[in-house]
Amino acid sequence: MSETAKHPVVKWIDQRLPIFSLLEHEMREYPTPKNLNYWWNFGSLAGFMLILMIVTGIILAMQYQPNALLAFDSVERIMRDVNYGWLLRYLHMNGASFFFIVVYIHIFRGLYYGSYKRPRELLWWLGIVILLLMMATAFMGYVLPWGQMSFWGATVITNLFSAFPVVGQAIVHWLWGGFAVDNPTLNRFFSLHYLLPFVLLGVVFLHVWALHTSKSNNPLGIDIKGPQDTIPFHPYYTVKDYFGLGVFLIVYLGFVFFAPNFFGEPDNYILANPLQTPPHIVPEWYFLPFYAILRSIPDKLTGVLTMFASILILFVLPWLDFSPVRSARFRPVFKKVFWLIVIDVFVLGWVGANPPEGSFIVIGRLATAYYFLHWLVLLPLIALFERPNPLPASIGESVLGGGAAAAAAKPMEKA
Amino acid sequence: MRSTLIAAAALVGVGALGVWQFSPAFGADEPSIKHLDWSFYGPFGTFDRAALQRGFQVVNEVCSNCHSFKQLHYRDLEKIGLSEAQVAALAAQTEVTDGPNDQGEMFKRPGKPSDPFKAPFPNEEAARAANNGALPPDLSLIIKAREGGPNYVYSILTGFVKAPAGFHLSAGMNYNAAFPGHQIAMPQPLQNDSVTYTDGTKASLDQEAHDVVTFLTWVANPELDERHRLGVKVLIFLVILTGLLYMVKRKVWRDVH
Repeated sequence: MSETAKHPVVKWIDQRLPIFSLLEHEMREYPTPKNLNYWWNFGSLAGFMLILMIVTGIILAMQYQPNALLAFDSVERIMRDVNYGWLLRYLHMNGASFFFIVVYIHIFRGLYYGSYKRPRELLWWLGIVILLLMMATAFMGYVLPWGQMSFWGATVITNLFSAFPVVGQAIVHWLWGGFAVDNPTLNRFFSLHYLLPFVLLGVVFLHVWALHTSKSNNPLGIDIKGPQDTIPFHPYYTVKDYFGLGVFLIVYLGFVFFAPNFFGEPDNYILANPLQTPPHIVPEWYFLPFYAILRSIPDKLTGVLTMFASILILFVLPWLDFSPVRSARFRPVFKKVFWLIVIDVFVLGWVGANPPEGSFIVIGRLATAYYFLHWLVLLPLIALFERPNPLPASIGESVLGGGAAAAAAKPMEKA
Repeated sequence: MRSTLIAAAALVGVGALGVWQFSPAFGADEPSIKHLDWSFYGPFGTFDRAALQRGFQVVNEVCSNCHSFKQLHYRDLEKIGLSEAQVAALAAQTEVTDGPNDQGEMFKRPGKPSDPFKAPFPNEEAARAANNGALPPDLSLIIKAREGGPNYVYSILTGFVKAPAGFHLSAGMNYNAAFPGHQIAMPQPLQNDSVTYTDGTKASLDQEAHDVVTFLTWVANPELDERHRLGVKVLIFLVILTGLLYMVKRKVWRDVH
């Protein structure tokens, strides 16, 4: 608490509630490793997207009608008759896709640099909770326009719960609020779609709190040894995050203004019709890898459990990959299988987008098998047998040059 | 690392493209889709006003005899260049049931600009009864609701050709080269000279189809012109701002590197 506390009003408040000191510590002084590369921009971008989604969502909710008879037309009303309604709606609709793009990159960055390892296990867990909440929120949001894909997507996904023995059907009816996806389903999905983002915000707060407790990981994956390894968050990373935000906005708004329906399904511009099933029901693209895993198992219950397991397995990742070296940069074998799992997830996404027939079934099963093989078998084996390259002594030393590791690290920071 | 970033971005792009392109297969005989260079394509694309008005003429005289346009109101037509008086006159040609009045009775009145565009049938059952059991879809969003959008609808309108020898056509169905499965309930809606254009343009089938699709694209995306104009401004602003931010970033970081 130094510069900012000079103003008497600020001082008066801060003595009673040290909110300015808190901001000063966490958003200005927060000692950040000096070697973070641009992959570290995606955390703040995800935070930006959450706020943007909440703001656009609140304004959309002022015009939207959560009623099965009115919902579809009310969305069109927003697009046509509300001032800049089309912009709000396209920002929100494409925002969901870009939120997931940003978060998936953020997750893969964590996987590459071992950000899930001790002492950041809890930080990692909170991240998985955020992902699960995002998925639930996005799924329910997609139902709100009440188009064909909204309706049939909701039908297919809620029906997954019917796979559970004995209580399955009861759970499904409870979710629906009736005996089919209908107006009660839409009402509760709207209510929860409005609620969950604020729960998300709370978990994000915990996520950042945990981050600021154990401090940021970095491309070298080694601990901060002292002040020479860090720089204050402001102005160094604020300006870097602003620049990253600018680049991100160019891409995101490029889609909003010039290809707003690129990520959407044409069928969702047809009013929901319970009597007519679309020829090919697909979820939004960000669910496709999980959809592929679900469909790769012939037995429904096993398929559902496998799909849930594909995310839940990430909770035990810090113990499956028990190698003490965090960054893939010093792990020659881990680095290779990292890119294999990235490819595997893209293959799963591609399979999920296609009808489950012919060679897609075989490819989907192989990719699913590899997905679990990666986490359950390859990572522990690699942790056991891999010989990591020598680690640099400290971040500061590596950044200031001298060693071989510094030569490798240098080009990344300038990326 | 920069190259990995680009590779990752490319992968995301390819992934998204995969989702976009893989539509269901409709048997071995693929529908034939024509690809036109529409005036509203691209970041600087705008609607051709004259085509919009001609397209509306075709819609008003032909399409709307069977198809509804639930999202379109008469007042919207001012945005394609019709005058207030023209819109009012157009709306007044229809008869609308309104009410109840202070006697508790429904009454008929001439249409107003604030009314939705006239629907040809009072309900789905009436539409099916009049069309051999088939339901003519609402056309307000047809361009967004079909894979391929403008090109698909154009190809349907110009795709009524003689069925190839040996093709089994069910009773009451028509052969269409662009329609999935090639059997469509709609009879050929447009021929050469289906309308007489008020602006003197020769009403060939291709011209009519082109104009109708332009109009339908506008009905589905009435904000397109404004969206493109605003988008160009926003992106120019962002590119300059981001360039400045990059320079600030370099300056701030100079002492760290």
